[in-house]
Amino acid sequence: MLRNLTALGAGVLFGLGLAVSQMVDPMKVKAFLDVAGAWDPSLILVMASAVAISFVAFRLAARRTHPVFADAFALPTRRDIDARLIGGSAVFGIGWGIAGFCPAPALSSLVYGRTDSLAFVAAMIAGLAVAPLLVRRAQQPVLSATPG
Amino acid sequence: MGAFTPFSALAGGALIGLAAAMLLLLNGRIAGASGILAGALERPSGDTSWRLFFLAGLVIGTGSWFALTGGPAIAFDTSLPGLVTAGLLTGIGTRVGAGCTSGHGVCGIARVSPRSLVATGTFIATGMATVFVTRHIIGG
Repeated sequence: MLRNLTALGAGVLFGLGLAVSQMVDPMKVKAFLDVAGAWDPSLILVMASAVAISFVAFRLAARRTHPVFADAFALPTRRDIDARLIGGSAVFGIGWGIAGFCPAPALSSLVYGRTDSLAFVAAMIAGLAVAPLLVRRAQQPVLSATPG
Repeated sequence: MGAFTPFSALAGGALIGLAAAMLLLLNGRIAGASGILAGALERPSGDTSWRLFFLAGLVIGTGSWFALTGGPAIAFDTSLPGLVTAGLLTGIGTRVGAGCTSGHGVCGIARVSPRSLVATGTFIATGMATVFVTRHIIGG
């Protein structure tokens, strides 16, 4: 229960940050992506201060054996750069550029009750659900080539 | 549009950083929105409840600020089919690429993860290219 409350608190802070920084507004995000238009670099500063604070947090975490309310840190361990990482990120960027929404702002914008947000989020959930099937299909020739 | 808002950007970013720090140091988790959402959709589940609380918090946080200040206003310039296409690409891309703006762009860069640095450079590049095409080539 404690972990649920801390997750709720972190979510509230995150949602506040998206509102304060206006990153919840797709037009604000598009203004950052629009380098050939009236370019607005605000998003860089949002990322910079978020990264700076997170960087300190990861340093603090590295000195601890476990987080306060859990037995272990659940952190990614992979360091290899593969086609999936680049291809997936490239596809995500296209979606980001079309709508001006990435996952966190899209979800938090649901509070505005706009059909636009709902349509994006519903499609995003469908995308998250079908992605493993697409990857499995793409990998099938490799799998069937292995003897077994 | 195009108005640079450095102070609110830094302040909002700090709140996002605090959220990531809190989730990491207290729960040992990465504050990556697409990963948290994808995990909440997994069946059979077992690790769902904290994810739902985090996602509810996102909505409550943005809603609280709006209730207090009446802002920020949000606007869209994308058609409904465009939004659905963008949502699908975002869902597929973040799942295949294992992260989004928060997971790779904030937490991953803060961890100095080479994967996240590459992922973030990639989605910013294709995002900028997409806006260039939609606004200045097709729309222009």
